[in-house]
Amino acid sequence: MVSIEPAAPEAATEAPPLQAEASTEPTATWTRKDLLDTDVLSGEEIGLVLETADAMAEVRERPVGRVATLRGTTVVTLFYENSTRTRASFEIAAKALGADVINLAAAGSSVGKGESLIDTVRTIEAVGADILVMRHPSSGAAALAARHTDASVVNGGDGAHAHPTQALLDLYTMRRHVGDLAGRKVVIVGDVLHSRVARSNLWALMAAGAQVTLCGPATLLPRTLRTLPGHEGPGGCEVTSDLEAALLGADVVMALRIQRERQEQGLLPSLREYIRQYQITEERLARANPGALVMHPGPMNEGVEIAPEAAHGLRSVVEEQVTNGVAVRMAILYLMATARPR
Amino acid sequence: MSTLLIRGGRVIDPASGRDERGDVLIENGHISAVGGSLDATGAEVVEAGGCIVAPGLVDLHAHLREPGFEQKGTLATETEAALRGGFTTVCAMPNTDPAPDSAPAVEGLLKRVAQDARVRVLPVGSTTVNRAGEQLSALSELAEAGCVAISDDGSPVSGGGLMRHALTLAGALGLVVAEHCDEPSLNGNGSMHEGAVSERLGLAGQPTAAETAAIARNVELCELTGGRLHIMHVTTATGVDLVAHAKERGLPVTCEVTPSHLFLTDEAVAGSDPTPAYDTSAKVNPPLRTERDRLALLAGVNAGVIDAIATDHAPHAPEEKQCEFDQAPFGISCAETALATVATLVERGELELGATLRALTQGPVEAFSLERHVPGIGTLTVGAPGDVTVLAPEERWTVDPLRFASKGRNTPLAGLELRGRVRAVVVGGELRHAAEAAHV
Repeated sequence: MVSIEPAAPEAATEAPPLQAEASTEPTATWTRKDLLDTDVLSGEEIGLVLETADAMAEVRERPVGRVATLRGTTVVTLFYENSTRTRASFEIAAKALGADVINLAAAGSSVGKGESLIDTVRTIEAVGADILVMRHPSSGAAALAARHTDASVVNGGDGAHAHPTQALLDLYTMRRHVGDLAGRKVVIVGDVLHSRVARSNLWALMAAGAQVTLCGPATLLPRTLRTLPGHEGPGGCEVTSDLEAALLGADVVMALRIQRERQEQGLLPSLREYIRQYQITEERLARANPGALVMHPGPMNEGVEIAPEAAHGLRSVVEEQVTNGVAVRMAILYLMATARPR
Repeated sequence: MSTLLIRGGRVIDPASGRDERGDVLIENGHISAVGGSLDATGAEVVEAGGCIVAPGLVDLHAHLREPGFEQKGTLATETEAALRGGFTTVCAMPNTDPAPDSAPAVEGLLKRVAQDARVRVLPVGSTTVNRAGEQLSALSELAEAGCVAISDDGSPVSGGGLMRHALTLAGALGLVVAEHCDEPSLNGNGSMHEGAVSERLGLAGQPTAAETAAIARNVELCELTGGRLHIMHVTTATGVDLVAHAKERGLPVTCEVTPSHLFLTDEAVAGSDPTPAYDTSAKVNPPLRTERDRLALLAGVNAGVIDAIATDHAPHAPEEKQCEFDQAPFGISCAETALATVATLVERGELELGATLRALTQGPVEAFSLERHVPGIGTLTVGAPGDVTVLAPEERWTVDPLRFASKGRNTPLAGLELRGRVRAVVVGGELRHAAEAAHV
């Protein structure tokens, strides 16, 4: 039960083939069928994605900005939640690699609409999808889909669980400005408990050796989340409600979106209380390291979790995150398509 | 009626304290003799060498789904599942449609039971009309119609005043109020235990306090009213402590635990692979808790603080569980794995055999005063009903849900090897189930 919204017909483009992507030879190879979260990725695999993204960014800077590497590959986007930037970013990325793109919109839950997620996914596979990009409000939905299809599944966000491509584009952006993330302090501020962006960033940043601080009102913080079981990465994680202390010595400050429903649920006394204690402002950023990056996964509530001056200030890389998102998603689609059995 | 001899097993009867090698003779539907080398010329013989011979197991908590939810299970399929699982008596929970909130509804259920049931079925009436938590059911009618307890099952009586009156009125009728202790305002839309695993998986959780706050309130209401309170499926270490303390105060409080909560923790939802499984077959209410809770539940059974091991057998149609985790219904189909689950825990040394068998026979009988309905039930004494379960404790088998008699294949134990297999089950003197001895 999905409405089909065909992508614009692809103009045949002749562009230089993609070759000799990375300046440094990646030590890892990509063998994964699916990308469901960053928690299973090694530091080498993350490095491979980021290095491949460098090559993709170079493609984007060419006059034509696209290649034909994935000609004949069909990418289907299946979104059960509204999304502007993630979906557009995947579509642009797939088209820049010459893939065919089909966008499927499924409003509401699959159960509510009658067709089960499993049936929908099998149908999509049957029509010839190679890669399925999926967003869904239920945590674990991407894993469920991946178990029931031979298509490669890229998790475009599942409930409060994971948003791995966002985390990888965040790392890519950080690395371009900060360099090696080992030992760097990254502060993630806001509704961490309900944030798939925070979780996927945490696992990826820890694998890269960063020191992560999760900060926000105590009602919106995980009580136990620190490490993955059996996962002794080089990085570390701290959780605190003290923003002033968290910002001291920060190299990166990432604000998360605050949903108004948290106030209705009683998790916040009011937005005003949140703003008073946790809004990222230029004044508060003075405690961070000079040149610390300001990031936000979008869409921003300016004036709530982040002050407009901070959102658009000299330290802000929010727009660059969006730009980098295309290159990183190109890298992911490219790696996953080439890992698929022919 | 025929004569049946169960020969050469280890006869364990928690109610009488018997534990010795011997025979059990059943004549005319009742136990006529228990002892060494009984003479029974012409009797049908069940060879029980190497087996444990116990009173037929009693399950205080099963969802038989009929009437109203026959796609999940029927009286015929779910009582066959109970039978194969070694249970000779099950108490049918009232989350049916219609709910058993009046004598005609209970009589309708008992009529179907008489036609289809493979084991004894004792009805649990609903505490409130249509289990809506607003108006008390016709409690005296329910008692007369044969209900052994009242409960609103998965819809806890949230109003303290209403619960007080239920305990007062049911107590006067000798009915136990069996309560799913849960404070809904604390649970929100939680679909698993709130803790490290739920935070990692990004799932809304049910905090421990949702159960313990409700247990604490209901224990206080038990003291206030003098009515009998049975706490269904306790899952938390603190919950066990609260029950132990209530018993020390001399209050008429009993409780049960499920084999699932004795065997599994919230890690079962995540699965064992690095990629979280979001296993909907491990989604159950109340949720699987932590290892610390599990150890406290085991200790509670061994110490006798927990009166009964009850299955909370909850079959669902396969397609109902094949969906997103937060949208899947709660419940585990476990009638056919319950005994092997606890037998495996006995083998691991986590449960004591005597305490375990007590919690499957004498314990549940006393919790609901079932002897008032079926004299002698849950014992192997002369004159007791001929309900016997024969268990081969050493025999290993692998859980294959496709071979379940239950319509519900929703088990988190699929593919797991368990120890302890039901060899024979006798109900009312009739050999209803007999399994071939497997070659180990």
